Amino acid sequence: MTLPTVDFLLVSALLFAIGAVGVLVRKNPLIMFMAIELMWNAVNLSLVAFARQFGAVSGHIFVFVVVVAAAAEVAIGLIIIVLVFRHRDRPDVDTLNAMKG
Amino acid sequence: MANLIAVLAAVLCLFMGVVVVSAKNPMHGVIALVANFVGLGVLFLLLHAEFLAVIEVIVYAGAVMVLFLFVVALLMAGTRSPQEARSKTLPGQVALAIAVVGVFAALVVFALAVHTVLAAPPPPTTSFGSISNFGTALFTTYLLPFELTALVLLAAVIGVVFLARER
Repeated sequence: MTLPTVDFLLVSALLFAIGAVGVLVRKNPLIMFMAIELMWNAVNLSLVAFARQFGAVSGHIFVFVVVVAAAAEVAIGLIIIVLVFRHRDRPDVDTLNAMKG
Repeated sequence: MANLIAVLAAVLCLFMGVVVVSAKNPMHGVIALVANFVGLGVLFLLLHAEFLAVIEVIVYAGAVMVLFLFVVALLMAGTRSPQEARSKTLPGQVALAIAVVGVFAALVVFALAVHTVLAAPPPPTTSFGSISNFGTALFTTYLLPFELTALVLLAAVIGVVFLARER
């Protein structure tokens, strides 16, 4: 019983699209960050699907490295969000207008 | 049976993804993202990536999302109500974002529908995706990338400690 790889790639593409919409539309930095995590994992799903398709364990190794990079990114990103928004009354990227952009 | 589980997991993933990006309260977004990762873990299992499914649930749904929970609790504590924490979007921002991403998604779906080169995947060897298979590859062929991930994590640790120090 094997499921077609294309179906997993479809789910992966839709998940990535949902994450991209989240980053473009939302103003809350935490929600934007979670949408980025969504996109990381969409790519992970397609990597695992291709690893299954071609019987290559290198795809699994790549996903492992991506998970490590994502964990590091979350640690650094969250501390930056905390430092930037700790003294503001609401977490909203629109309040970051110090450069009059 | 596997088909049914795959469809259920995929629907769970996509629905929870929508919940994440539309959540008014970031706390609800974190919970939905955990459910999304569990669904992804099920999909990984169906793709014979057993070790990665475990990693996905333990590292992502466990460790990373706990970090998220702490920061959400810390940041949202000062705001009066989570609903107030939303400001107006630019005119046409939502429509434009959905249009742009919709074009991307349509292109991918079109490519997947047209591209029929991928044959049905061959039945995996019994050890494919197991911890022994994964570990053998990680510690022999991919030893250098594995060592370099340690450097990435070290850089992250030093960066966080530097940023969080007392001023």
